[in-house]
Amino acid sequence: MIKTPTITRSELIEALVDKQPHLAHRDVELAVKTVLERMGGAFEDGDRIEIRGFGSFSLHYRPSRVGRNPKTGESVAVEDKFSPHFKPGKELKERVDAINN
Amino acid sequence: MAITKAELAVSLHEELGLNKRESKEFVEQFFETIKGALEDGSSVKLSGFGNFGLRDKPARPGRNPKTGEEIPISARRVVTFKASQKLKEAIEDNSDALKRLFS
Repeated sequence: MIKTPTITRSELIEALVDKQPHLAHRDVELAVKTVLERMGGAFEDGDRIEIRGFGSFSLHYRPSRVGRNPKTGESVAVEDKFSPHFKPGKELKERVDAINN
Repeated sequence: MAITKAELAVSLHEELGLNKRESKEFVEQFFETIKGALEDGSSVKLSGFGNFGLRDKPARPGRNPKTGEEIPISARRVVTFKASQKLKEAIEDNSDALKRLFS
């Protein structure tokens, strides 16, 4: 990951307040919370999230495996698990890839 | 069933009472703002959900898997996502149900 400036959740809220002046600040905060909770809840339930132009979120199943403690070299059993995955959509990919644009 | 922008807008309408047009517009602006930040070279940290970061990848030789033909892959910038600890733990806590669902 390259070192970049960062937008936080509160800065996202401020940007959305500026773009939608008809909404109360409190409503924008709650709307951001609602969207993120809805997406987080879908992840937890194993539902796919598909946002056109942005990307899709889904869980990937990782089977159990024998791992190693990198410090001691000792074998450890790693249980199977689900890991969250994001696949950027076409528009996001193209817009972000400034090197080739 | 997959969650889409339309479902997110319904949640805003039903849970917050924004009207349907406002809800739809909010969802568009939400993702557009994140895309704009990433396009401008910023990462985006959404506490409780996860972080969108950027990674610069060097050029590498690639191959057309169908024909075996070699084609160079140019250097590019890609988006990465790392789920928050909170989200990962919630998924782990629900892993028994998820295993039943996916098996």
